[in-house]
Amino acid sequence: METSRRNFLKISGVCALGLTALPVADVFGESDLPKAIKNPQALTGQHWAMVVDMKKCWEKGKEGCKDCILACHAVHNVPDIGSIKEEIKWIWTNHYENVFPGQENEYNVKNLEGRPFIALCNHCTNPPCVRVCPTQATFKRPEDGIVMMDFHRCIGCRYCMAGCPYGARSFNWRDPRPFIKTELNMRFPTRERGVVEKCNFCAERLAEGLLPACVEACKVGALSFGDLADPNSVVRKLLASHFTMRRKPELGTQPNVYYIV
Amino acid sequence: MKIYDARYVLIGLAIFVGLFTIPFWYNMGRAVPPPDPKLDTPVIQQMAVKQCVLPLAEIRTGHMQLLNDWRTWVVRDGLRTYVAADGKTYNMSLQNTCMDCHSNKTQFCDQCHIYAGLEAGTVPYCWTCHIAPKENQ
Ligand code: HEC
Ligand code: HEC
Ligand code: HEC
Repeated sequence: METSRRNFLKISGVCALGLTALPVADVFGESDLPKAIKNPQALTGQHWAMVVDMKKCWEKGKEGCKDCILACHAVHNVPDIGSIKEEIKWIWTNHYENVFPGQENEYNVKNLEGRPFIALCNHCTNPPCVRVCPTQATFKRPEDGIVMMDFHRCIGCRYCMAGCPYGARSFNWRDPRPFIKTELNMRFPTRERGVVEKCNFCAERLAEGLLPACVEACKVGALSFGDLADPNSVVRKLLASHFTMRRKPELGTQPNVYYIV
Repeated sequence: MKIYDARYVLIGLAIFVGLFTIPFWYNMGRAVPPPDPKLDTPVIQQMAVKQCVLPLAEIRTGHMQLLNDWRTWVVRDGLRTYVAADGKTYNMSLQNTCMDCHSNKTQFCDQCHIYAGLEAGTVPYCWTCHIAPKENQ
């Protein structure tokens, strides 16, 4: 059989057209496969944020109270290594001049001497840690703004630790398991040697309809958590009625943890 | 045709072939028993219809892909509920769902993995972080 060049081109054209229909068939063919959905009981928000009322913490809380820290570290199996150099922390306390550097003067520093400030990951709107991560192990969740870590992808390069201006990230220099002093929470994984870790705004608890562990643990209500996109949320109400500060605003990271001092 | 030093060459060859096939000699006559994953955990024994998240043939060959999907959905997409083909829902969790039913890791997962020659038999890089169920055996 002889085919003219013209005929050959015609048939090729029709075949190519047929191929373009394949993706369409795929879309319709897939619709009833098993799927993953959001937990129905999950707390949902578009822009999670926290307000830390330090006044309440100091005035109503017991001296040296560490309820929020203990609750967080127990829930997430955070080890207590016992040395500052290798310390692992998700939420911790620090002095005013370290939490708000550049905003101190000789009087306020005096007033605030010995007063602990609560610090944690700021879940920045513009997070430098996410920008520098070479594997996208740390990423900003598009739906609610949580800066998450995918521990499976972390290669331990620690660029994120260099990038974070708040010291919110810790590196596992050694196997953390022997140093977990609290009772192991069997529902949450530990980490392993060679990965970085930090606060995850309790993504796993939000998915079950629970508030973050630190917020729940604070008996004086100094920690508030909510959705900035919702004008009726606790955090929006607090922000509307109080003067608040954020850490290192000059860096443009747009932290989502606010302080009432 | 003549081979120079034929004797040495042939002896050398014989030794080489012998050494090269040592793995075969070493394992000869030793039948490795096929894996026997046990399903006799308390949770599974209480089930009226004993079935896994996927049909048996699919879970047997595809559980690593399923775990990979679960991990992506949970950690990266924020979705935590899995709707199976039969409409049943599961909390997508290695530690809390798979291992609730298969709480006998050493008698179940490890049985196959050791047989299949996965490293140390235990998929070690999951259990350095995920907490394996406590077993009393
Ligand atoms: C609700 C309880 C339950 C859950 C949850 C569950 N399984 Fe199963 N699994 C079973 C039962 C029962 C069988 C036996 C099924 C059969 O014989 O048809 C099984 C079979 C299997 C098998 C095949 C065993 C064989 O003999 O070939 C594998 C592999 C497996 N499960 C892995 C998993 C993994 C991985 C998960 C989590 C993604 C999981 N299972 C979650 C109950 C469960
Ligand atoms: C019926 C035998 C069988 C059982 C039971 C079984 N597995 Fe597997 N699994 C395999 C085989 C075979 C492979 C290796 C597949 C390959 O290398 O392609 C594998 C691979 C895996 C992998 C991927 C490992 C890697 O290095 O890529 C994971 C994760 C895994 N299994 C988890 C589990 C868990 C968790 C259980 C227990 C709940 C389990 N498996 C039970 C046979 C089994
Ligand atoms: C470096 C530590 C680490 C290693 C290694 C690791 N995981 Fe994870 N994995 C986590 C953490 C942390 C989470 C988040 C749990 C959460 O948010 O509830 C998680 C979540 C998951 C989830 C979804 C939620 C859950 O509770 O299970 C799956 C599925 C999963 N991992 C599978 C695996 C498998 C399979 C392996 C081995 C091939 C593995 N992981 C190795 C730390 C790890």
